[in-house]
Amino acid sequence: MDWFMSPTSAGEKLLVMVVAILIFVAIVGIILWAIDRPKIPNWVVVVGFLGPVTIALAGGLLYPAVGTVIRSFQKIQNVIGPDGKRILVNGKVTTEKVFGFDNYSRIFTEDGFQRVLLNTVAWVILVPLLATSFGLIYAVLVDRTRFEKAAKALVFLPMAISMVGASIIWKFVYDYRQAGTTQTGLANQLLVWLGLEPVQFLQADPWNTLFLIIVMVWIQAGFAMTVLSAAIKAVPDDIIEAAQLDGATGLKLFMRVTVPSIRPSVVVVLTTIAMGSLKAFDVVRTMTGGNFNTSVVANEFYTQTFRQGDAGQGIGAALAVILFIIIIPVIMYNVRQMRLSEEMR
Amino acid sequence: MTAGSGVIPPRIEAVDEKPVSARKLKAQLRAQDAKTKLSSPWASGVAIILAILWSIPTLGLFITSFRPVEDLRDTGWWNWFTNFHVTLDNYEGALSTTNGGLGGFFLNTFVITIPAVIIPISLALLAAYAFAWIPFKGRNILFVAVFALQIVPIQVTLIPLQTIFVSLDLQNSFWPVWISHTIFGLPLAIFLLHNFMTEIPRSIIEAARVDGAGHVKIFFVVLMPLLIPAIAAFAIFQFLWVWNDLLVALVFAPSPNLKPLTAAVAELSGTKGTQWELLSSGAFISIIVPLIVFLSLQRYFVRGLLAGGVKG
Amino acid sequence: MSRTSARKSITAVAGISALSLFLAACGGDSPTTTTNAGTSTSSATSSTSAPATSGGATSEGGSTEATETGSGGGGDVGAESDWCNTVKGLYPDTDGKTVNLYTVITAPEDTPYIETFKSFTECTGATVNYEGSKEFEAQIGVRVSSGNPPDVAVFPQPGLMRQVQESSGAMLELKPEVAENAKKYFPEDWTNYGTINDQFLGIPNNADFKSLVWYSPKTFEAKGYTVPTNWQELQDLQAKIVAAGEKPWCIGIESGEATGWQLTDWLEEYVLRTAGPDVYDQWISHEVTFQDPQIADALAQMGQVVKNPEMVNAGFGDVSSIASTQFNAPSAKILDGTCTLTRQAANFGSNYDASVKVGEDGDVNAFYFPPISEDFGQTVLGGGTFTAAFADRDEVNALMYYLTTPEYANTRAKAGNYISANRGLDPVNVPVVVQQEALETLQDPEATFRFDASDLMPAAVGADAEWKQFTAWITGQDDATTLANIDNAWPAE
Repeated sequence: MDWFMSPTSAGEKLLVMVVAILIFVAIVGIILWAIDRPKIPNWVVVVGFLGPVTIALAGGLLYPAVGTVIRSFQKIQNVIGPDGKRILVNGKVTTEKVFGFDNYSRIFTEDGFQRVLLNTVAWVILVPLLATSFGLIYAVLVDRTRFEKAAKALVFLPMAISMVGASIIWKFVYDYRQAGTTQTGLANQLLVWLGLEPVQFLQADPWNTLFLIIVMVWIQAGFAMTVLSAAIKAVPDDIIEAAQLDGATGLKLFMRVTVPSIRPSVVVVLTTIAMGSLKAFDVVRTMTGGNFNTSVVANEFYTQTFRQGDAGQGIGAALAVILFIIIIPVIMYNVRQMRLSEEMR
Repeated sequence: MTAGSGVIPPRIEAVDEKPVSARKLKAQLRAQDAKTKLSSPWASGVAIILAILWSIPTLGLFITSFRPVEDLRDTGWWNWFTNFHVTLDNYEGALSTTNGGLGGFFLNTFVITIPAVIIPISLALLAAYAFAWIPFKGRNILFVAVFALQIVPIQVTLIPLQTIFVSLDLQNSFWPVWISHTIFGLPLAIFLLHNFMTEIPRSIIEAARVDGAGHVKIFFVVLMPLLIPAIAAFAIFQFLWVWNDLLVALVFAPSPNLKPLTAAVAELSGTKGTQWELLSSGAFISIIVPLIVFLSLQRYFVRGLLAGGVKG
Repeated sequence: MSRTSARKSITAVAGISALSLFLAACGGDSPTTTTNAGTSTSSATSSTSAPATSGGATSEGGSTEATETGSGGGGDVGAESDWCNTVKGLYPDTDGKTVNLYTVITAPEDTPYIETFKSFTECTGATVNYEGSKEFEAQIGVRVSSGNPPDVAVFPQPGLMRQVQESSGAMLELKPEVAENAKKYFPEDWTNYGTINDQFLGIPNNADFKSLVWYSPKTFEAKGYTVPTNWQELQDLQAKIVAAGEKPWCIGIESGEATGWQLTDWLEEYVLRTAGPDVYDQWISHEVTFQDPQIADALAQMGQVVKNPEMVNAGFGDVSSIASTQFNAPSAKILDGTCTLTRQAANFGSNYDASVKVGEDGDVNAFYFPPISEDFGQTVLGGGTFTAAFADRDEVNALMYYLTTPEYANTRAKAGNYISANRGLDPVNVPVVVQQEALETLQDPEATFRFDASDLMPAAVGADAEWKQFTAWITGQDDATTLANIDNAWPAE
C-alpha cells in the first residue's frame, strides 16, 4: 500500500487520484442508496445529505474558528521565575495565557492598526461594487453577440492567472522610473506621453490603496461576469417575452426585468467578492508588503501569526475576529434576502 | 433598435447535442430578441473598449515573456513594437531541468486539482439540495452558519488541520491537500448551488413529487440538468482556485514529490528573485490549462440557456 | 537585514581583505559561473593582492589537521574516509534511510548543495531529501507547530531559530560529539551565534560578507575618480561627484514583504563605525536601545547620506524612490555608469551574468566601506545561516556531523559560491579569487567581525519592526519617531 500513501511515479499518482475519487463516489452512493426508500424518517434523510458536509466543516473550519476566537482574548506571557528570569524547559520558554481584551485594545488604539482597519473597509466596499458593476455591464453588453465567447475569455483571463503572475503584470503597469528616463510602467509612460511627471503609484498615500484595489477588481470582475452571465441566460423566456409584449426594450428591459430577475445572483456575487477581498492578502503582500499605509487586516494577520511567534498569535487571532465582525452586515443582508426569496417561493 | 434587422444567427455551434426542433426555434427566437436588448453598435463598441482595457496588462506580460532579458529590464514592453526582438529563452529557462522542469509539477497539480474539484461539488450538491428542498427544523440557522463559515480565513485553519493530518499520519500524501481544498471550497459551493436551486420554480419539484419521485430521483433527474450552468460556474472557480493556490500547497504539499506547479513557478525567479523574467513565461505556462478549461466549459453556460427553455 | 539578504549570502561571496583596504581582486570569473576546483589553483596563483597576513588563517589553532585535509583538495579520498569512518562508527544505522532537509535556498542555487550531499550519501547510504522554499520563514513555524517539522532545517537568521526554539522547544541540542567537532572547526563567535539559551543547536553553514561598496572601475577611470581607502577620501569622492552635478549613491530597499532590510545593514555599518563593537553588542541585547543617543547619532549620520537629495538616488529618482527600487536593481546602474556607488554585500556580484567581468580591471568591482573612527579598527559586518536538527536518528546525526567537517566545507566550496567560517576550509578550494580574500579576512583574527544585528535581535524587531520603520523613515518619517517605534516593538521579557 506504499503507493496509496506516498505515490512516486506518474502512474501511481494517477492511480491514487482515481482511487480517491472512487472511494468518495462509493461513500456518496451508499448514502443515497441508504436514504432513497419510502417511509424513511425525514431526519435520516437530512443526516444523509448533510452529514459529510457537517463533519468536514465542523472539523476544518468551525473548530479552528472557535479556537481563534478564544485565542483572540489571550495574551501569551512569559512566566518569570523567582530569580526574575524566564523559565526554560528544554529550550522552550514557559508561558502563561492571560485572558483579557489586550489584543483588541492594542488594535483599536495603535495608529498603525487603525489605518489597517480603514483600508480594509475600503477594500470590502469598493472591490465588490466595482467588480460586480463591471461584470454585470460587461455580461449584458456581450450577451449573445457574435464575439461573446472571445470577449468573455478576455475578461476572464485575469482569474486564470495566479497571484504571482498578477503581481508581475501590474508591476509593468505601476512601475516607476525617474523623470527623463525610459519608463517601464505603462501608467507612467502614459503620464509622460501626456506631458506629466511620472508618479510613484504604490507610494502615493492614500491613493495607493485605490491602485491596489484596481488590481483586485481586475482579477475579480471575471468571476462576476461569468456568474451573472449564466444568470442572465437563465432568466425564463416568458418573463422577457411578457415584458417585450408590454413594450419594454433596451435599458428599460434591462433595469426592470433582467436586473430584478437576477437579483439573487447579484447578491451572491457581491457577497462572495466581498468575502474574497476581505480575506485576500496576496495583492497587498506581493505588491507593497503592507508598506506605505496600504496594509489590510488579512495581511497583518498573516504577518502577526506566522512571523511574530507567540507574541503575534493573540493579535493575529483578534484581527481574524475583526474580519468576521466586519462581514456580519453582509451576512445579515444575505439572510434577509434569503428570507425574502423563501417567502416568494 | 428595431427587432429583426441584422439578426445575429443563432449560435448553433454551441449546441452539441441534437436539439429538439421546438428548442431550436426558441433559441432562434431569443437570438432575435437579443437584438432588442442592449446590443447595438454602441454597446458593442463599449464592450470592445472594455475588453481591450482589461487585456492590456496581460498582453504586456505576454509580450514581455518573449522579450530578451536585456531589453525587458530597461524598456517598457510597448517598445517591443518598435524594437522587435523575439526569444524563447524565458520559456526554455522556465522549462529547463536546472529549474526542476515543470513537467512533473504539472502532473502534481493535475492530481491535486481533479479530486479537489469533484469532491466538494458533489458534497455541496447534496447539502444544497437538503437546504433548498428538504424542510427540517433548524434549517435556516444551519444554512446561515455554513454561509458564515466562508469568512474563516484559511490561514487560521492551517495549523489545526495539519495537526489533525499529522495525528492521522496522512502528511506527505495528497490526502491533506484534497481534504483541505474540499473543506475550503464547501461553504461557497453550498451557498452558490443553494441559491441557484432555490431559483428553480417550486412547481417543477412538486410535480415530480406528485409523480412519486423520491429525493434521489428529483435530485438527479429534475434538478441536475437545470443546475448545469451553476455547477459549471462553480467548477470553473474551484478549479481555478485549486490550480492557482499557493498557500494550501505550501503547507500541505511541501515535498518536491507532491509540490504543484504554482509552488514551482513561484520559485522560478531564483532564491534572490534575480531571474524574475522567468516568472513571465512561467505564468503563461501555468495559465494554459485553466484557459482551455474555461473555453471548453463556456458552452455549458449556453446549454444551460437551452435547458432554461424547459421552464417556460 | 533579512531573509533575502541571508539568501543572497548563499550565493557568491566575492570578497575583500579588510586588511588590504580595498578590493584589488582579479578573479575574472563572474561569481555566477560555477568554477571547478581545477581552475582555482591557477587563479589563486594569479592573485597578487592577497595581503601578507592572509597566512594567519591557516596558522590558527586546531586547523593544522584541517589544512592537511583541505590541501588534499584534489585527492581528498583519504580525508573523506576519515570523517566517513568516524560517522559510520558513531552512527551505524544509516543505510537506506532518508533525511528531510528544509531550507530557503531554491533552484537553481540549490544545485551545489545537492551535489555536495552526494558525498554524504556515498559514505552513509542515507539520502538527503532537499526541500527548498522561499516561504521558509513563515512555513517553518507552521510545520513545527503542527508537529510536522523537517529532520533538519537551515535557518537564514539566528533570531528566527531563537523564536522557533523558544516557542516550541522542538530543536534538539547537538550530540556531544557533533558539538565537539563543531567547536573544533568553528571560531567561538560562530558557535555562539548557533547557541540559544545555552543550548548549542545550530551548526554555522555559509558565511556572508557585507562591508563593501560596489563601483565600476571603468566609470572611475573615465571620470578620474580614485578608490577611497579611508573615510575622508570617501567624503572627498562624494563631494567630487556632487560637484560634477551627479548623485554619488544608489540604493534599493524593495524586497517584497522584507522591504527595508537594506537600511538595517546601513545602520549596522554606521553603529559599528561610530559607536564601536562593544556598543554594537549591547545594542543587540537591547541594553543600548534604539533611542540611545549613540544609535540615534549613527542614524543621523547615515541620514546625511541616504536621506540627502544630493547624495541619492542616482539612476532612480529622489530619496523616496529608494523605497520602490528593488534591492539588487542598482547592479545595472553601476554597470551603465548612471550610479557611481552602492553599498552591497560581497555576493552582489552574482547579479551580473557571465559577460560582466568582476574585478579591479573589470566592469564592476568593490572596495571596503572604510572606517569612520580610527578607534575601532577594521570592522566587518557579515551574516550567515545555521543548520539545526529536529530529529534524533542515526542518519540525521550523521548528516549534522558531516556539516561540521572541513570536508563538507571544502566540497561545498568547490561546487561554487560558498565560503564558511569553518577553519578547515582551505582558500585553495574557493574557486573565485575575490571569495578567497573574503574567506581569508573571515579567518583573520585581526579583523573585527560582527554578525548582522537585526538577524540576532528578536524576529519581531529585526525581521519586522525595523524593516517597516525604516521604509517609513526613507519616505519621510523623522528619526525620533522611527527609533521610538522600533523600541516599542521589542518584546517584553
